[in-house]
Amino acid sequence: MNGRIRAIARKEFRHILRDPGSLGALLGLPLFLLLMFGYAVSLDVDEVPLEVRDLDRTPESRALAEAFFAGGRFVPADPGPGGGESALETGRAAAVLEIPPGFARALGRGEASPVRVAVDGSDGTRAQTVAGYIDGLCLRYGGDLRALEAERAGPADGGPPGAVLDIRPRVLFNQELRSVVFLVPGLVALILVITAVVSTALAVVREKENGSMEQILVSPVGALELILGKTLPYAAVGAVSAAVVLGAAALLFGVEVAGGVGALAWTTGLFLLASLALGVLISTMADTQQVAFLISTMLTLIPTFTLSGFVFPVRNMPAVIRWVTRLFPTTYYLEILKAIVIKGAPFRYYAGPAAALALYAAAAIAAASVRFSRERSRSR
Amino acid sequence: MSGSGDGPAILAEGLVKRFGVFTAVDGVSFEVPPGRIFGLLGANGAGKSTAIRMLCGLLAPDGGRARVAGIDVARDPEGVKSRIGYMSQKFSLYGDLTPRENAEFFSSLYDAGGGGRGDPIARAFERTGLSGGAGRPEGVLTRDLSAGYRQRLALACAILHRPRVLFLDEPTAGVDPVARRRFWDLIYGFAEEGAAVLVTTHYLDEAEYCSEVTLMRDGRIVAAGKPGDLKRACFPGIVLEIECGSTGPALEALRREPWVEEAAVFGSRIHAALAPGFGSDRVSSLLAASGAGEAKIRETDPTLEDAFLKIVSSTGAASLGGAGSGPTGGGAR
Repeated sequence: MNGRIRAIARKEFRHILRDPGSLGALLGLPLFLLLMFGYAVSLDVDEVPLEVRDLDRTPESRALAEAFFAGGRFVPADPGPGGGESALETGRAAAVLEIPPGFARALGRGEASPVRVAVDGSDGTRAQTVAGYIDGLCLRYGGDLRALEAERAGPADGGPPGAVLDIRPRVLFNQELRSVVFLVPGLVALILVITAVVSTALAVVREKENGSMEQILVSPVGALELILGKTLPYAAVGAVSAAVVLGAAALLFGVEVAGGVGALAWTTGLFLLASLALGVLISTMADTQQVAFLISTMLTLIPTFTLSGFVFPVRNMPAVIRWVTRLFPTTYYLEILKAIVIKGAPFRYYAGPAAALALYAAAAIAAASVRFSRERSRSR
Repeated sequence: MSGSGDGPAILAEGLVKRFGVFTAVDGVSFEVPPGRIFGLLGANGAGKSTAIRMLCGLLAPDGGRARVAGIDVARDPEGVKSRIGYMSQKFSLYGDLTPRENAEFFSSLYDAGGGGRGDPIARAFERTGLSGGAGRPEGVLTRDLSAGYRQRLALACAILHRPRVLFLDEPTAGVDPVARRRFWDLIYGFAEEGAAVLVTTHYLDEAEYCSEVTLMRDGRIVAAGKPGDLKRACFPGIVLEIECGSTGPALEALRREPWVEEAAVFGSRIHAALAPGFGSDRVSSLLAASGAGEAKIRETDPTLEDAFLKIVSSTGAASLGGAGSGPTGGGAR
């Protein structure tokens, strides 16, 4: 009994080890994604080239411009020959700030003084972030000015010094808002989905394709022995790969698992169970590796990629899509991962998604074993 | 030795399998005693593989009964599985494993290690002629070996657990004639030791090696018996091999005569089966009259191919008549 599972698992490991491509994909790809997102594809916006066109030339207008460059978010754009639009067009600047003549005068009279800002919108995400920075900076500059005025006016009128809202948000859990921190959980989920669902489905269908499945089915091997023997190696490879990514994230980017490693392990085990069962389920729906790859990619890889924050946040999605995301185990696993890895939250904060995941795993295992044994007695 | 020694090793009784509206196997019955080689013949889609799958417990029959090695397949498919060896035309091996690793894998599926009578893999390799020191390095992957070698390896993997019943589904497809001949020698060996062998093939020359053959067509058995008996039943008269200048007119002339039961072209020659009581002198005078040129005529043994062509053409005509539609195709061969 155990001997059979071990024999199947050993054979599966040999397949994995003798195919450098698949081993590379299972171990190398996740690491590559981590490095890429960690170093290259930062979603943070820093050192935005900004062209300031100060048409007012007063101490106040210069103060506004300096406020922009003070934080390091913006750097002065290279001076060019043309006007504001051409600075954006040539890409010299990502944003243009135009301070109109009479800016200081209007301020002195206590009037609103319009400042023109143009942002290069060809990169939507970046443009949004930059516009956000600019908004905040202008607000703060205005607030500071009013506070200054109120101070100058002195306590003569006795009232509160000009109702000024000073909003300074403090970000918890990922203080510097670094992309790599919130990408790590998504990456772990992605690795496990690739190894557990896609590789498992392909490995089972490969046996069908070359006829060896039939050879196994005429032997006295039980369905459970076969499934365990086929899936456990991929679970192991997935776990190792996930550990490598977590380790690399800690070493290279200082992203450490905030919560307990034990909690991380058992929730990951739950997710693996659900994913492996899903992989076996998919293998019963496909007769060729191409079809298996297509189904597993559509059902798991693409949802994981879009849900994991690589592309856009779930809360920005329409309600229907958010409801659809509930159908994929990755959604629950990601909630758990964010709670454990980033926030270090205690169990009661992720008990809901964990229960959902357990339910999902049970349903997937039941469906997979029903379909698998039915297919077994019905193979053409 | 085992309890299965008394009855037939393989028994099929009225097996039926339907896929939707299509009946792949339609009431097939036969039995194979221990020590016999049973050939299941027929074109692709005739139902041979479906029948084998039902006997191996891979496929549940929609009707009928199957007993293999004394066990009812429907009642105890797992019991049957541990007593049979199965080999398919795909050779179902793992190309990225070495031969030894392939054998180790299949051996552990059958728990074949614990028999105590030495290494089952060494025995199976020796049995199939794989252990000979042909300068074959251990580390070679199976996919880099010849088709003939992989065929014998697949056979070795099928006999690791010493099955008393062997199912070979087109085991010689895609293998050269020398390897085919060698493979059949191995099969003879198993039968001599008392194993029952069921083999499918569409090489009709191979069917001559079987102790008994059964021809399937459209899911039914259309002919069964020992190869010699079948041929005698089909050709009660003599069969002539005719070599002549112009084959076409000769064939036409022969087919016109009611006492020529069958005339077909084999290569550059014509095989003609005559009704009982007719001799070669009638043929030579007929050919001389038809102007087919000088003819060399000699008596020959009918082949199984001759017999099956005759059987298939007559059952084909019968089924056409039964359908009652379309013009009758006019004695195809």
